[in-house]
Amino acid sequence: MSSPSIIQSIAPTGDANLELKVRLGEVDDSMRQPAMLFLISAVLWLLAGTFLAIIAAIKATNPEFLGATEWLTFGRVRTAHLNAMIYGWGNNVIFAVAPWIMGRLSRARIRHTNILLVAGVFWNIAITIGIIGILKGDMIAVEWLEMPAYITPLVAISYALVGVWVIIAFRWRQSEHVYVSQWYLLAAFFWLPWLYIVAQVMLVFEPATGVVQSLTNWWFAHNVLGLWLTPCALAAAYYLIPKVLGRPIHSYYLSVVGFWALALFYNWAGVHHLIGGPVPAWVISAGTVASVMMVIPVIVVAVNHHLTVVGLHKQGWASPTIRFVVFGAINYTVVSLFGSMMALRHVNETTHFTHFTVGHAHHGVYAFFTMIMFGAVYYMMPRLLDREWPNAFLIKAHWWMCAMGIVLMVVALQVGGWLQGMQMNALTEDGTPVYTFLEVVENTKPWLWARSLSGLLLLVGHLAFAVNVFWMVFSPKTQDRVTEPTLLAPTTEQA
Amino acid sequence: MKSLPLIFLGVFFTLAFSWTGIVLTTHIQMKDLTPATSELVNDKGEPIGGPTYKADGQIFMGENTPGMTAYPQALVGEAQRGKLVYQEMGCLYCHSQQVRREGFGSDFERGWGNRQSVARDYIESERIMLGTMRTGPDLANVGLRYSELWQYQHLYNPQITSPGSTMPPFPFLFEVQPVSETRGPSPDAIELPDDYHPGEGLELIPTQRARDLVAYMMSLQQDYELPEMKFTQ
Repeated sequence: MSSPSIIQSIAPTGDANLELKVRLGEVDDSMRQPAMLFLISAVLWLLAGTFLAIIAAIKATNPEFLGATEWLTFGRVRTAHLNAMIYGWGNNVIFAVAPWIMGRLSRARIRHTNILLVAGVFWNIAITIGIIGILKGDMIAVEWLEMPAYITPLVAISYALVGVWVIIAFRWRQSEHVYVSQWYLLAAFFWLPWLYIVAQVMLVFEPATGVVQSLTNWWFAHNVLGLWLTPCALAAAYYLIPKVLGRPIHSYYLSVVGFWALALFYNWAGVHHLIGGPVPAWVISAGTVASVMMVIPVIVVAVNHHLTVVGLHKQGWASPTIRFVVFGAINYTVVSLFGSMMALRHVNETTHFTHFTVGHAHHGVYAFFTMIMFGAVYYMMPRLLDREWPNAFLIKAHWWMCAMGIVLMVVALQVGGWLQGMQMNALTEDGTPVYTFLEVVENTKPWLWARSLSGLLLLVGHLAFAVNVFWMVFSPKTQDRVTEPTLLAPTTEQA
Repeated sequence: MKSLPLIFLGVFFTLAFSWTGIVLTTHIQMKDLTPATSELVNDKGEPIGGPTYKADGQIFMGENTPGMTAYPQALVGEAQRGKLVYQEMGCLYCHSQQVRREGFGSDFERGWGNRQSVARDYIESERIMLGTMRTGPDLANVGLRYSELWQYQHLYNPQITSPGSTMPPFPFLFEVQPVSETRGPSPDAIELPDDYHPGEGLELIPTQRARDLVAYMMSLQQDYELPEMKFTQ
């Protein structure tokens, strides 16, 4: 037999005559090693990021805490937390979930996964060096782009290796139909490198002049959320909800509208972070309009997701995946509508520069993105490892701690932040501030304490998750196999 | 929607649209901004209030008034190095450097500036840190508001100058040393209230990084007028 040509070697096509279940099994087989590498890295980063977050949260009320250690000063710990969560946890979990979903939907197994393994090792080395760089003082003072420039090549290479594999899986797809999750993933894997390259060139290597830097910064940073984390999480939700509940997505037409409306409006929205700032007024207006227009894709996606779930809440509640994904989907709706409101100048006047925005960021990245990714992991791991989740109690603990933790955090930061903004702007009749700055600071402290408490709840949840993941990965194969899926409540049938 | 090229073009153009609008267009709009004097003159040297037209109908933005200082000016020396300290400590995450217009927020009433910050204020900076949080106050004019001693005390331990502040202390930017027996107290020693004093026979000396950072703090002053922005605007 002659050796295959390059194209044949890359083309991940399987035998089209095989049964669907077998072919999906092939995809799962091919993704086992890389997905587990990314997933275990993601879980470790999640824990690291949580510890950094708790240090930063305590410092926000008790600045003397670890105050004499330079590399743990608030500005660095907080930044290390953000980068560990976005690029450590967020990207690793996407790199585990996205190629797998793309492969399954394209019925294309991922070949030459050694390359993905190399990408995984490179990526995690790069992020580790980057976080250490931030802590030792090499950070770039650009929000969401703080990791020092010496890791850029490593990040770019490893990202490219993952991205190319996602596109290859789509290119050699075996399925007639192209599903909405595939559009979102394709778009996201194309948008992020573009954003990253422009940001690196215009902010790090050849910084733009003046406030064009700030505009580029927020074009980039908000789009990492809007054009990378958001589409990846929506792709997962679109894939998992119908899959678990066994009911097709409510409307194909709505999913098309939702996708293109997001593509068109989201990427203008970032400049609402500069409302009132020294930038051209027309850009701010455009950003505000786009932020408000985001209501369209948000409502469309909400209708599509929630109408798919409606009536099946009982089954959903029993499934770990659906419990997390639906929590995330509901919060996508809520956080996005909040975001649109916050872009209105009068609302922004109060919320801008306050903890309200911090609460909003956690609402988006955690209550929406992270919760959906947890759900995806609960669905993916049993299929990759061919074994069930070892402990339902730990899943419940994970869900309750995270759900209560993030709700407490968002409420504390947003109520506290709103009051902070009102007090900042309150003037007496003769035009002097009602509250001195230090009074405003003092009044935020109880809310920041509540935020620290919510961080502890999340820590407990993350530990439960990590224990369950490692238990599952390292449990000996000979153990009595559970063949039934691990459910959180008896389903109607069993009851 | 099954075609890869079609989806690809769609996602390409949507992002290209916002990149062109937000990044490229503002770059073109602002690339000609240069330091300017508070009043501009026409080609005959007469003061003008705004853009005028030349004889050939070309728009003429005016020239800097000879003999007046053009602003903003670039940072040099200690202040320039101090900005790097500001960056590596992550000060950006709690402090903004932008004054909003009167009536939008309470920036004016809190005495954070005499006028609104405008794009021209930032053209000489290599790294722009407008900031998105005010866990601490705005710093666009912090050099006008406090003395150097205040800055040193505040950096060493914010509780000295601002009781109840949540700002982290930066003791690692200072050194405690014994007072020299032959030369007496160092002229660089920072005066401290008794509660924070390092002890009998000891004194607190700022490191070079602290001096740089304070020089940068003192350089933060938007105390000049620009053609497009006068005080109390």
